[in-house]
Amino acid sequence: MTETKKNPLAALIDVTKAWLTRGKTPYIFIAIYVALATVLVYLSPRSVPAFLMLLSSALFLYYLPTSFKFKIAVGLILALVVMPVIGVRNIFYLEVIFQISVFAALALGLNIVVGFAGLLNLGYVAFYAVGAYLWAFFGSQQIYLLNEIPGTAPTGTPFFLPASSFYLFLFLGMGVAALVGFLLGLPVLRVRGDYLAIVTLGFGEVIRVLANNLDKPLNLTNGPQGITPIQRPPLPAGLLVTLRSIMTPVVGRSVTDNEFYNLFFYILALLIIVMVIVVVNRLDDSKIGRAWMAVREDELAAAAMGVPVVKTKLLAFIIGASFAGVMGVLFAASRTFVSPESFNFMQSIGVLTMVILGGLGSIPGVIVGAAVVVVLNLQVLQGLSLWLSALRQSDAVIPIINFAWKNLSNQLDPAKYQRLLFGVILILMMIYRQTGLIPAERRKRAAEIIEIENDIKNNGNGHPADASPAGEV
Amino acid sequence: MRRIHNSPLIQGILTPLGQIAIFILGSGAVLSAFMLLMAVIFSNSPANLMCLDKNGISLMEYTLRNLPQVLTDGVTLGFVYAAIALGYTMVYGVLEFINFAHSEIFALGAFVGVETLIVLQNSGKLAAASTLGAYGWMVLAILAGMAAAGATAVLVERVAYRPLRGAPRLVPFISAIGVSFFLQDAIRLVESLTTGQFHRIIPSFANFDQRIPIMRSSLGGVPFSLDLEVKSLWVVAAAVLMLVGLNYLVNTTKIGKAIRSVAQSRDSASLMGINVNLIISLTFLIGGSLGGAAGVLYALKFTRIDPYVGFFPGLKAFTAAVMGGIGNITGAMLGGMVLGMLETFAGAYLSVYTMGAFGAEYKDILAFAILILMLIFRPAGLLGEQVAQKA
Repeated sequence: MTETKKNPLAALIDVTKAWLTRGKTPYIFIAIYVALATVLVYLSPRSVPAFLMLLSSALFLYYLPTSFKFKIAVGLILALVVMPVIGVRNIFYLEVIFQISVFAALALGLNIVVGFAGLLNLGYVAFYAVGAYLWAFFGSQQIYLLNEIPGTAPTGTPFFLPASSFYLFLFLGMGVAALVGFLLGLPVLRVRGDYLAIVTLGFGEVIRVLANNLDKPLNLTNGPQGITPIQRPPLPAGLLVTLRSIMTPVVGRSVTDNEFYNLFFYILALLIIVMVIVVVNRLDDSKIGRAWMAVREDELAAAAMGVPVVKTKLLAFIIGASFAGVMGVLFAASRTFVSPESFNFMQSIGVLTMVILGGLGSIPGVIVGAAVVVVLNLQVLQGLSLWLSALRQSDAVIPIINFAWKNLSNQLDPAKYQRLLFGVILILMMIYRQTGLIPAERRKRAAEIIEIENDIKNNGNGHPADASPAGEV
Repeated sequence: MRRIHNSPLIQGILTPLGQIAIFILGSGAVLSAFMLLMAVIFSNSPANLMCLDKNGISLMEYTLRNLPQVLTDGVTLGFVYAAIALGYTMVYGVLEFINFAHSEIFALGAFVGVETLIVLQNSGKLAAASTLGAYGWMVLAILAGMAAAGATAVLVERVAYRPLRGAPRLVPFISAIGVSFFLQDAIRLVESLTTGQFHRIIPSFANFDQRIPIMRSSLGGVPFSLDLEVKSLWVVAAAVLMLVGLNYLVNTTKIGKAIRSVAQSRDSASLMGINVNLIISLTFLIGGSLGGAAGVLYALKFTRIDPYVGFFPGLKAFTAAVMGGIGNITGAMLGGMVLGMLETFAGAYLSVYTMGAFGAEYKDILAFAILILMLIFRPAGLLGEQVAQKA
C-alpha cells in the first residue's frame, strides 16, 4: 500500500475512515447524524438535502462497525418512528418512502432471478401484475360485473369478498404468481440467456395485452380503464385511536385515515423486505445458493458437476415471481386501483435498473439502487420539472444566447424522461462498473481475480508475485 | 454448367429473387388454404350466422372477398419485417449478440426520413414537384433515413458495445437495452423541442395514397375488388431492392466474404488480414441503414410515427429473425414474410371467427406465442442449422 502515491483527498478519506471505525466513535457519530438529519427534516419538511441526509444515515448504519443490536435498534427507530412521523408531516415523503420500499422489495425479488441465478427476466412486472389483478378482481365488485360493459357499473354493487381477506390474498398472490412462474419457466428456461430475456419480455407484453383486452367476452379486467375501487384491509379501530392520540401532538394536526393506510402499507412492504432478505440470506449460502451461482457462472460445468440445471433455474424463477406476486397484491390494495399501464415494459426495466445500479446479487446494493432510482425519479426529475416550469412562468432570459425561458417548449418536462435516465444508468453501469454501486462480496472477489489476471497479462512476465500488490486493494 | 451456377448474377440476384417469390407464394398459399378450410369448418357455426347478420354475407364469402387484400397487405408488412429482421440477423451472425437497440435505429430512420419530407414540404418543393420529381424526393428521404440510422448504429456500437466485447453475454445485452431506452427519449427530446409535439405524420404528396384497381370481379353475384396502394408498391419495390442488394453484397463481393469469415471465426479472420473491427462497424452500418430504410417505408405505409414506434415492429422482426434461424439472411426474409402474413391474417379474420371475442389486438400476442414456441421446439429456426451453444 505504501508504495502507491496518494492524492490528498484519498488520504483525508483514509484518516476519516480510521477515525470513524475506532472504538465508540461510530456509535456517537451515527447517533448525532441521525438526530441531526431528523431535526433538519422535521424543521424544514420540504428540503430535499435534509431528506437525503436522513436516507443516507441508513448507509452509515450499515457500514460502520457497530454492534448488531445497535444497528437493529437504530434501524427500527428510523423505519418505524422517524419515517412515519416525517411521512405524515409531508405526505410527499410518505410517497417516496412507500415507493422505495415497494420497489426495493420488487428489486430484491428480481435480484434472486438476475443476480443469483443469472437469468435476465425482462417481464418481471408480469408477475407483479398477476398478484395485483388477483386482488383487484376478488377484492372489488368486478365479479358481479362480468357481463357489464366497462365503465357502466350499476351503483350499489356489493363487494365480493370481505376486505379482511386481503391478508389471505397476500399468500394466494404469492402462490398464484409462483404457479405462473412455474408454468412459464418450465418450457422457456431451457433456452439460452439472451433469448430468455426476449421471451420474458414477450410474456410481460402478453400479460399487459391480456389485461387491456380481457373486458370481452367476459369483463375480467375492465380493459384499459382498469379496476376500481379495490378494497383495503380494515385497520383495527382501537389501535387507530391510540396511534392518533400519540401522533397528533408530534405531527401538529390530526392524522387522516388515508395517511394511516399509507403508513400501514409502507410497514407491510418493510415486513416483506425483511422476509425477502431473510430468505435470500439463508438461500445464498445454502446448497441452492451455490447451485445458482454455479449455473450462473457456467451452465455446462454446473451440469457436469451434477447440478440439475433446469430445476435450479426454475426454483429461482419461482421464488422471484412469488415475491412480485405478494407486492402486486399490496400494490393493488394500496392504490385501490389497477390498470394495465402500471405494468408496462418500462416498469420492468426500471426494476432491472435498480438491481444493476445497486449491484447484482448484493442485498444492500439493490436496496440502495431502489432508493437512488426512486429519489431520482420522484425528487430530482420532478424537482427539475417544477424548477423549469417556474422559470417558464418568469420573465428570465438566458443571458448570452438571449433565450427567453418563456419560449421553452412545455414538452421539455424532465419528469417525462425516465427512459433517458434508465438508459444512461444502464449504459454507464455496464461500461464502467458492472458490479454495481455496492458489489456483492462474491462478485467483488471475482472482479479482483480478473484484475489480477489482467495485471499478469499486461506485465507480460506472468509471475503472480508481481501482481499480488494489486490484489490487496 | 457449374460456371453459370456460380456466376454472381445467379448467386447474388436471381437466387434471392426466387427465394422471395417462393416465400411469398408459399406462405400466402398455405395461409389462404388454411383460412378457406376454417371457413368450411365454421360454415355451420354461430360465427357464420353472426357474420351474415353483421356483414350480410356468409363467412366463406367474407373470407374470400377479403383474401386478396389481406394477401397484399401481408406481403407489404412482411417486407417491412424482413428488412428490419436483417439488421438483427446480421449483427447476430457476426457478434452473436442481440442488438436490442435496433428497433430504435429503425425509429430514428423513420424520423429522419419524415423530417426530410416535412422540410421539403415546408419549402414548397413537394407541392411543386411532378410525380417523378416527388418519387425522387421520396428516394432522397429514404436515403437520408438510411444514412442517419446507419451512422447512429455505428456510433452506438463504438460507444456502448465495443468496450464490452468479450464480457459475459448479458453485459452488452443490458447495455443495448440502455441504448434503446436512451434513444427513445433522445428522439422525443429533439422532436418535442422543435415543435412541442413528439409524434410526426408523414406529408401526403404525389400519388402515394392513390389506389390502383388491380382486379374487379364478382363472386356469387356480389362484386369484390382488389386495390393496391401506390405506397404499398413502393414498400415492396424498395424492400426487394434492398434484400437483393444485401444478398449480392454478402454472397458475391469481397466485403461480403470478409463479413462471412468474421461471422465464422473472428480470430481466424483477423489472422487472414481482415480488419475485424472495421467489418463489425460495417455490419452495423449495413444493418442500421436497412433498418432506417425500413423505418421510412413503415412511416410511408402507416403515416403516423412516435419515438416509441420501433418497439413492436422491432420485437416482431426479432421474432422473424429467430423464426428463420438467427444469423441466417435467407431465414430472416422467410421469417419476415411468414410473420407479416400471419399477423395480417390474424388481424383480418380473428375477430369474425371468434364472434368479436378476440379482436385484432391479439395479433401482437400471436407474434410472441410464435417466438416462444419457436425457441422451445426449434431454437435454430426454420432454416437454421443446429449449432452447439457457446457458453
